[in-house]
Amino acid sequence: MSLLEVQNLVVEFPTRRGTLRALDDVSFSIAPGEILGVVGESGAGKSLTGASIIGLLEPPGRVASGQIRLEGQRIDNLPHERMRHIRGRKIGAIFQDPLTSLNPLYTVGQQLVETILTHLPMPAAQARQRAIDLLKDTGIPAAEQRIDHYPHQFSGGMRQRVVIALALAAEPQLIVADEPTTALDVSIQAQIIQLLKSICKTRGAAVMLITHDMGVIAETCDRVAVMYAGRVAEIGPVHEVINRPAHPYTAGLMASIPDMEQDRERLNQIDGAMPRLNAIPKGCAFNPRCPQVFDRCRVERPDLMPAGATQAACWLHAVEKEAA
Amino acid sequence: MNTAPNPLVRAHDLARTFDVSAPWLNRVIERKPRQLLHAVDGVGFEIEKGKTLALVGESGCGKSTVARLLVGLYEPTRGGFSFDGQDAHAAFKGRDARAMRRRIQMIFQDPYASLNPRWLVQDIIAEPLREHGLITEAAALKARVGELLTSVGLSPQDMAKYPHQFSGGQRQRISIARALATEPEFLVCDEPTSALDVSVQAQVLNIMKDLQKKQGLTYLFISHNLAVVRHVSDQVGVMYLGRLVELADKQQLFSQPRHPYTRMLLDAIPKMHDTGRARTPVQGEVPNPLDPPPGCAFNPRCPFANARCRSERPQLLQDEGGARVACHAVEEGRIGRA
Repeated sequence: MSLLEVQNLVVEFPTRRGTLRALDDVSFSIAPGEILGVVGESGAGKSLTGASIIGLLEPPGRVASGQIRLEGQRIDNLPHERMRHIRGRKIGAIFQDPLTSLNPLYTVGQQLVETILTHLPMPAAQARQRAIDLLKDTGIPAAEQRIDHYPHQFSGGMRQRVVIALALAAEPQLIVADEPTTALDVSIQAQIIQLLKSICKTRGAAVMLITHDMGVIAETCDRVAVMYAGRVAEIGPVHEVINRPAHPYTAGLMASIPDMEQDRERLNQIDGAMPRLNAIPKGCAFNPRCPQVFDRCRVERPDLMPAGATQAACWLHAVEKEAA
Repeated sequence: MNTAPNPLVRAHDLARTFDVSAPWLNRVIERKPRQLLHAVDGVGFEIEKGKTLALVGESGCGKSTVARLLVGLYEPTRGGFSFDGQDAHAAFKGRDARAMRRRIQMIFQDPYASLNPRWLVQDIIAEPLREHGLITEAAALKARVGELLTSVGLSPQDMAKYPHQFSGGQRQRISIARALATEPEFLVCDEPTSALDVSVQAQVLNIMKDLQKKQGLTYLFISHNLAVVRHVSDQVGVMYLGRLVELADKQQLFSQPRHPYTRMLLDAIPKMHDTGRARTPVQGEVPNPLDPPPGCAFNPRCPFANARCRSERPQLLQDEGGARVACHAVEEGRIGRA
């Protein structure tokens, strides 16, 4: 059974000029211990998906319909107090900027111990020992001394390690990591990705890794979901999606990334930009930018359908199915 | 490396120091010494006309300071740079300041911060034209702005809009159009695409390459993204804590990196097409620039460091392949070719 099940999730923002649909019919699942990458350009809805799962949608945003299930249990309609308990205990969160996710007024140890004691019943001394072990596991040297330091005394990479330790403090089964390496330099980024991958594997935690960096996805994830204009455009095993993309948007996205392995005179570009939420085109949202657009794309909206080894929301693959 | 007889831009021993000391009273009472931050420390390079030099490095390595030195936003503490045979910093201060500024323009990282939100696009792009007195007549000014917008792939009708009506990539094209207004020869681009999404980044990089071909522009391209650098540059300089550690032709730098830091940077990039490959990430982090380690600044993270690296600072030396590398281990032959 899957650990997390998102079904037909719709997130809306009521505004004075009408309701904006930021997420429109998003469905996917994550198996225990699996790393699912969620990739897309700014405004595609990847962070909102993460925020809905951890129950931290900013009002006036709300889940208008659909379900989110963790271990078969609905978590999208829980009262705040219950959700608070699940967040941390069952779902850990890692955000982009490690400085804003740590409280500058408390030592790293106080924050870790507080998190541990909130979720796991144990004496304070044992909690402190556990905090030290967590810091050691995340690769912080001299953890016994560093535990009493304040966040500002750590460098960016070290702070992100502390944030990972915090997210893992209560042994959650799922970690939602929203752009965990975007604020870091490349050499540090590699260290953090490696750490996240290994530490989740040893603890058996599943990860939902949200990022715009396809390279990070390629290296870390088992499966990847590509999002466009609030919908999942394609989802499938990571090497399939990268090497044999089924959706024209995925193909365009892959070709526009400058490649370290080959020289190209010009990069492939997708003309235009992602539509704004108040002007999502009829039919497939990608149709005005799509090189392979045909009539059906302009009137009817495609849902995810099997396309080779992946699933893509694209009418090109419906033709295939009907012909067969 | 083929050093041209007359490069358009020649930076010589550029250095810039910032005084980051505590206020005077604190220094007196707490007996703290003055503290100097050597943001850029002895950087030299040449760029030929029509070519692109890329500077790469992690945050705090001084690459943006070099950019600001080259457009005259900072004065160098030591050294200088000559543009088309003239001492540029002397020119920035003298009577020819305007002429020099017309020939060197800059594109900034954040297109949301570098365009005045209260101005129409036509005023934004026309400002340098008016300021330099190049075109004064209204109709001609409009025609020129329309032409500039067309050259970056926007429509002349866009001039009557405000910046907020454009997406990030379109805004960055507006700032390129503004930079091109004075027909400069040298463009300093400080992370011009790092705030953009990849599909949009490709649009902007393609436009920059096309313009270079058409107008013979010379670029200094600053970026932390090695894949982007590989795509746009002819030569690449790798910076670490205010100094150049390697300067080489693009092909050579990417196929045969010499300096251990360059190798580390190249190794740190996630590769798209071999999924799941385990890398051995480099240990350690960039040291505090206020208190750099003695000798080679990279020595605490370098797997090849020995006693000499910890005491003596390596100079940027040309190797037999033409690359310039600042590393004792490379000089002594302790590191083979990659």
